[in-house]
Amino acid sequence: MKDYLYLEQFRRSFAIVKKNIRIYYSKGPVIIFGLIVPFFLFLSFYIGRNMPAEALIPGLLGMTAFFTATSVGPAIVPWEARAKTLERLVSSPISMWAIFLGDVFSSFLFGVIFSLFPIMIGWFIGVEIVNPLILGFAIILATFCFASFSILLSAYPPTDNPAGVMMLSSMIKFPLVFISGIFIPIEEMPLWGKTISSISPLTYFTDLARYSIQGQSYYPIALDFTVLVAFTILFLVTAIKIHERTMQKRL
Amino acid sequence: MNTNSAVAVSNLTKSFDELVAVHNISFQVKKGELFGFLGPNAAGKTTTIRMLTGVIKPDEGTASIFGYDILREGLKTKQLMGIVPEMANAYVDLSAWNNIMLIGELYGVPKKERQERAKKFLKEFGLYERRNHLVKGFSKGMKQKLLLCMALINEPQILFLDEPTSGLDVESQRLIKDMIREFNKSGTTVFLTTHNMEEANQLCDRVAIINHGRIAAIDSPEKLRMRSSGLQSIDVSFDKTIGTNDLSKIQGVREVKKMGDKMRLSVDEMSIVLDRLVDFARSKKLRIIALNTLAPTLEDVFLKLVKESEEGDTF
Repeated sequence: MKDYLYLEQFRRSFAIVKKNIRIYYSKGPVIIFGLIVPFFLFLSFYIGRNMPAEALIPGLLGMTAFFTATSVGPAIVPWEARAKTLERLVSSPISMWAIFLGDVFSSFLFGVIFSLFPIMIGWFIGVEIVNPLILGFAIILATFCFASFSILLSAYPPTDNPAGVMMLSSMIKFPLVFISGIFIPIEEMPLWGKTISSISPLTYFTDLARYSIQGQSYYPIALDFTVLVAFTILFLVTAIKIHERTMQKRL
Repeated sequence: MNTNSAVAVSNLTKSFDELVAVHNISFQVKKGELFGFLGPNAAGKTTTIRMLTGVIKPDEGTASIFGYDILREGLKTKQLMGIVPEMANAYVDLSAWNNIMLIGELYGVPKKERQERAKKFLKEFGLYERRNHLVKGFSKGMKQKLLLCMALINEPQILFLDEPTSGLDVESQRLIKDMIREFNKSGTTVFLTTHNMEEANQLCDRVAIINHGRIAAIDSPEKLRMRSSGLQSIDVSFDKTIGTNDLSKIQGVREVKKMGDKMRLSVDEMSIVLDRLVDFARSKKLRIIALNTLAPTLEDVFLKLVKESEEGDTF
């Protein structure tokens, strides 16, 4: 009976996914902070620097996966609190964890879809993917991890101001991009840089992307996968717990 | 647990910072009943409904819906409910159809059934032609009808309606009231909050009058009217002029007012005072030309009870 309930709740979380896709994928802040800003940031760093395409694509992939998978999640809860639709969800027979799992899945799908673009760009310019299976697993795991991180970004403070949350989350996301081996490979960083980079989940995905495309990684790939799994569990559990605690303040 | 109860509330209390919004209220709603929660603005009606529907948690007390505890068995209680909240909160960026489908999926209604029901309700509420339009273009009345469609998609055993006709035009009000009666007739329990006395009078089997978070009275609208002492009155006119002082001496008469050629007597017990009034006329050799008994309106009762509860609060 309990298994059935969990399964049923899991099924209902897909109603949340469909709703989020219909509403939030086309929202202005999601497009701006998820696609346009990182795209121009990437261009400003790479234009004029004679880099081989094999070195360029893993960085572009890392940025795209990270920014897109974290662009939908932070907006949803504040938006719904403001529109008074959150109350509608809370009064429905769906568990809090299923609501947030739905939010994570919708962020995850957004991230996965847009992560295909850098791969296609690479394919057009002749970049060969050495380990496509590893890359596939890495994209799925990492975007799920980043999507979980994205709902953590809106967990505290419990506000109903989507623009404020998007700004705040950008302040956290941009520094992470700079320390995650996207613009400077980890092996070229000083020791303190390597230490800081190890606290970013994006570091491990970028490392896996380099392994899949360039055939070499800084960390063993088993470690990359393990750390990403650990970060995913940490982000997901913490985000749901905090949201559960702060939900009453939003209603 | 009373198996005949759709809603059983015991000592429910909710405060927001210093403000006690709902103070230690207890009541029961019977299965199949159309129950009204009547009170002025900020009386605690919405807070009560939000606690019962699992949106906010009570500070103290317990409540159950069809025997399921709202806190311990929240999902089970929510599964039995249909809710029309006070604030129109359909998704404005979704179409009417997608809003209903979303709620249907959240309640686990199978696809075919939710599509059939959505079609039926949208047609009944006159929204079918607009089903694919985004809700952001809907009027308040249309949104309210859509919220009712959403609330009904799971064929709830109990409908919670928070001010469902507030701010609507007369035609929409009538349509919604007719639908509420219809669903209640088919066995759905209805819990309705309103500040509209006439609405409560027309629709409800029983009403609870709430003010400042406390329940002042619970009864059927008719019984509330009848039992309200001092609110019943008699209009009487005699063939000769008579002073108010003479009439006010009749036992059971609380107040006498001269109204044109009539005297209005506010009385405690209508039947007793009528006998005494006839005796009085005989003893004074007066002929009664006209006599009318006036029952209080629900509004009179409401205002009296609200006033009493406010006076009670000040002591």
